[in-house]
Amino acid sequence: MRIIVCIKQVPATTDVAVDETTGVLKREGIKTRLNPYDLYALETALRLRGAHGGEITALTMGPLQARSVIAESFMMGVDHGYLISDRAFAGADVWATARAISESIKLLGDYDLIICGKQTTDGDTAQVGPEIAELLGIPHLSNVLSLGVPDKGSLPALTDMGDSRIELSVRLPALITVEKGINTPRLPSYRRKQASAGREIPVIALSDLAESRPELYGLRGSPTQVERVFVPEADNTHEVWEDAPAFLARRLVGELRGRKLL
Amino acid sequence: MNYAVLSSADVDFLKGVFGERLIVGEDIVSDYGHDEMGSVVSMPEALVHAVSRDEVVSLLRYANERRIPVTPRGQGTGLVGGCVPLYGGILLDLSKMNHIHALDDDNLSLVVEPGVLLMEVSQYVEERGLFYPPDPGEKSATIGGNISTNAGGMRAVKYGVTRDYIRALEVVLPGGEVIEVGGNVVKNSSGYALKDLFVGSEGTLGVITQATLRLLPLPKEVVSLLIPFPTLEMAIDTVPEIIRSRSTPTAVEFMERGVISAAERLLGREFPDNSADAYLLLSFDGNSSDEVEKAYEEVAQLCLSRGAIDVFISATADRQETIWSARGAFLEAIKAESPELEECDVVVPRARVADFIRFTREVEQKVGLKIMSFGHAGDGNLHVYMLRGDQDDRLWQELLHRSMVMLYDRATELGGKVSGEHGIGSSKLAYLAQEENPAIISLMRGIKQAFDPRGILNPGKIVS
Repeated sequence: MRIIVCIKQVPATTDVAVDETTGVLKREGIKTRLNPYDLYALETALRLRGAHGGEITALTMGPLQARSVIAESFMMGVDHGYLISDRAFAGADVWATARAISESIKLLGDYDLIICGKQTTDGDTAQVGPEIAELLGIPHLSNVLSLGVPDKGSLPALTDMGDSRIELSVRLPALITVEKGINTPRLPSYRRKQASAGREIPVIALSDLAESRPELYGLRGSPTQVERVFVPEADNTHEVWEDAPAFLARRLVGELRGRKLL
Repeated sequence: MNYAVLSSADVDFLKGVFGERLIVGEDIVSDYGHDEMGSVVSMPEALVHAVSRDEVVSLLRYANERRIPVTPRGQGTGLVGGCVPLYGGILLDLSKMNHIHALDDDNLSLVVEPGVLLMEVSQYVEERGLFYPPDPGEKSATIGGNISTNAGGMRAVKYGVTRDYIRALEVVLPGGEVIEVGGNVVKNSSGYALKDLFVGSEGTLGVITQATLRLLPLPKEVVSLLIPFPTLEMAIDTVPEIIRSRSTPTAVEFMERGVISAAERLLGREFPDNSADAYLLLSFDGNSSDEVEKAYEEVAQLCLSRGAIDVFISATADRQETIWSARGAFLEAIKAESPELEECDVVVPRARVADFIRFTREVEQKVGLKIMSFGHAGDGNLHVYMLRGDQDDRLWQELLHRSMVMLYDRATELGGKVSGEHGIGSSKLAYLAQEENPAIISLMRGIKQAFDPRGILNPGKIVS
């Protein structure tokens, strides 16, 4: 099986400043990590390769320091890795991101399956995966809970539809996004870290793509207009009552009556 | 020791002090008659929930006068029956004295009441960039319980144990006098170290009503290494080499496939690796990823040269969670494997850990009782569990006793001690008396007598 896994470097904290004018996250100088949801995508790929053979390519888009997530995927056992990086891709929304990734995938040759995490912990949109599939013209399944055994060019899967689950089969090549909990991701290996130390990670730039009109990428190619990004206000004012349960119950009833809630 | 049985006048007195927070006789739920291990059971005659030092003072003054036993209790998460009221009397629950009083940024210390939970302490200080290093597995234990047992935990290899992080204690003595031992100072050479005596005294000398904890700056980076080995022997034989290498891991734990599988069954999820029968789990901390990486590289190389299959690196919270949640569930997982179990919490010199673990295999063979173990290989503290399985009660008690005697005797031969971190309580009392020099036991009795001449505080614990 030829598998491509799309992964992303995200801030290691949820406390990230936002550029007021562009609405883009300020990523400079903050600690980063491999998007936790992508760990499940990588593990899914590694298990499929373990069972059915093949090769895995990890693909990420971001600034040069995003190479570290490709290096981490090598430490988990991925065979090949590419970084999609160009100033022209900066500030991309989900659509422009999906365009850059799908155009890059076209450069990589034939594949059977593309696997993404269900979403990222920074953007949280869960849209890039399905949009890549649409741009490539292949079928996709989102929120995959478990996979069956690939058979005659199809892959059976159980997907989570929120209030229901569906068992279905998708014709390959296809894209799936996998749920957290589909497996327990393996840990990066020190032996593999040594073996892959200093390994070149090829960069895919705008000029490498077949579709290379700059206006389709980055902030310019993004139809999303961010009006304002803000942290929702939280009201944490509270009272703590301490007393015997019987007194507390009486006081609570009194309070609820006083507020005409009872 | 002859103790007074609780009279209606005593109940009236307690009601005057504790009001609705007094529960008497059969209204006391059975949980208050045992601890987490559950092998020692005895109900109190009265249960009181104290909310202030003054209440503790009134209670002790009265109980001392009347010679009614008082057993202090936190969350009841102990494993040696330490909080079980063996002689009935009054069970003094301190879990509602749970206020965090003051963070002293200038002296890096924190004043807390005894009922504050360990997890609340960690959360409170870590949010402020500070660190309370003691890290026992049971995060829902109270800090009072941790102090009373001198709890240790995983980070003892680098940071030491609870006693090393207690600056001062406010203690109510059995007669009702309030004393403060230690102080918010870094050095102290002022007479006998009473503060250190109260730490680990299991509520037999006084009742702790406030503690000043020593804090450190929070290390910014933590990396764990999960290291699979083909056999447990190879894993634990590597531990002394790690210690000798002068590296400074915060934790060095060992774990076996059997215990990991039990944790997988309990948690309903997989451990991140299944390539081996035995693992070492190491942690390193520091202030930059480069610093931490440098610290673990050498140990990773060492382990590989000693036959480790690989070295897995866990550097993010998500990764850490998959390993440490399993590690944190070991006790519960082993409990789920047997209707009853008993534990041996010995500590041996670090260089003898491998010898001792090998010996537990021998005991398992000779006695015929299933034994599962895990523990802190880096500080020599092992948790060895004897599982009852389907043995009948009489045979279980007999086999258990035989195993315990063999294990403790061997630990003593190796230069070890009866308890590394859980304390003596009542279930290890006979073994302490057996393994310690009689002169030491006699000194301990003398100390108990000096603090508590009428013997009302937690009778039947540590020394009889």
